[in-house]
Amino acid sequence: MFVVVVGCGRVGSAIARGLIEDGHDVNVVDDSAEAFSRLGDDFPGSFVQGQALEMTVLLAAGIDRADAFVAATDGDNTNIVIAQIAKERFGVPFVLVRVLDPYRARFYEERGLTTICPTQAAIEMMGASLRDYAAQAPEGV
Amino acid sequence: MYVLIVGGGKVGANVARALLRSGHEIAIVESRPSRFAMLEDEFEHMARYGDGTEIFVLEAAGIGRADVCIAVTGDDEDNIVICQVAREKFAVQSVIARVNDPRNQQHFDLLGIGPTVCSTTSILSLIEHEVPEHHLVHLLSLRRENLEIVEVVLTDESPVAGRRVGELELPAGSLLISILRDHAAIVPDGKTVLAPGDQILAIVEPAHAGELADLLTPARV
Repeated sequence: MFVVVVGCGRVGSAIARGLIEDGHDVNVVDDSAEAFSRLGDDFPGSFVQGQALEMTVLLAAGIDRADAFVAATDGDNTNIVIAQIAKERFGVPFVLVRVLDPYRARFYEERGLTTICPTQAAIEMMGASLRDYAAQAPEGV
Repeated sequence: MYVLIVGGGKVGANVARALLRSGHEIAIVESRPSRFAMLEDEFEHMARYGDGTEIFVLEAAGIGRADVCIAVTGDDEDNIVICQVAREKFAVQSVIARVNDPRNQQHFDLLGIGPTVCSTTSILSLIEHEVPEHHLVHLLSLRRENLEIVEVVLTDESPVAGRRVGELELPAGSLLISILRDHAAIVPDGKTVLAPGDQILAIVEPAHAGELADLLTPARV
């Protein structure tokens, strides 16, 4: 499949490289040219430098023919808006959006976006670890 | 009326002042500490510190009972999210959003957020109004209805001067609403004959505005 990944930080770049390893086609967008280096020298997809909200940038990355779209910039609101553009304007079949704020993530999840909230995941995992420890901890701890 | 203003820059602060003068109740949310300190000096408890795209900040500012929410931050994506949360989570009756970059207007339209205000677009339409021979003057755009009201002044060179309205092949979905001639308004029908100097108001779908301009005004050199 063909995937557009917006945001080439630690998350976006790793997703893009992983998809390439699995044999998919990937184009990546970031507003900083330096972010491109995260993809490695042999990255076969296109790298589009520009602001994610700009239609020319999204179109240059191929949003209108994408099978999946990943919104993973460092801005929650940017991700939320471009994910809705991908879904509602271009009808991209699968749209994933990273939202750090758990409340906003839940609100947009309820509105039909597929949100990934790393903060919520950390809360749940750390809480579960602590509960596990408490359950098997020696008396008096 | 209780109005929640998100974004305490020049626009937000002046809207707040004007609303207070008219006797309304307001809260103004600002996330930049230095700017917030200035707002707090002036607006006291009505100034709220925080990121207005965070739901709990909006809740603390009383969005639940707001009649109107005005999103006037400097970031268009923030203004979009504020309006969506206000309208859909808190059922605020009326939202107004500022568009900072006119190229983002299409995103507000896609997501049904409006009315919007964009200073760049306003300045451009003022320029159009000041230079009427330019082409159509866009008076009012009814985004939700996908229509706009435009004005054209016919010159001696206009290809339609001397022709009856009924003969014109107006673009689909357009209509001449009124003609201002010798300081009197005429509601045209098919038999009305157009004359140079006529100031015509028309309603047209934005996509067909160019065709209407080509029909009514002489080809530009």
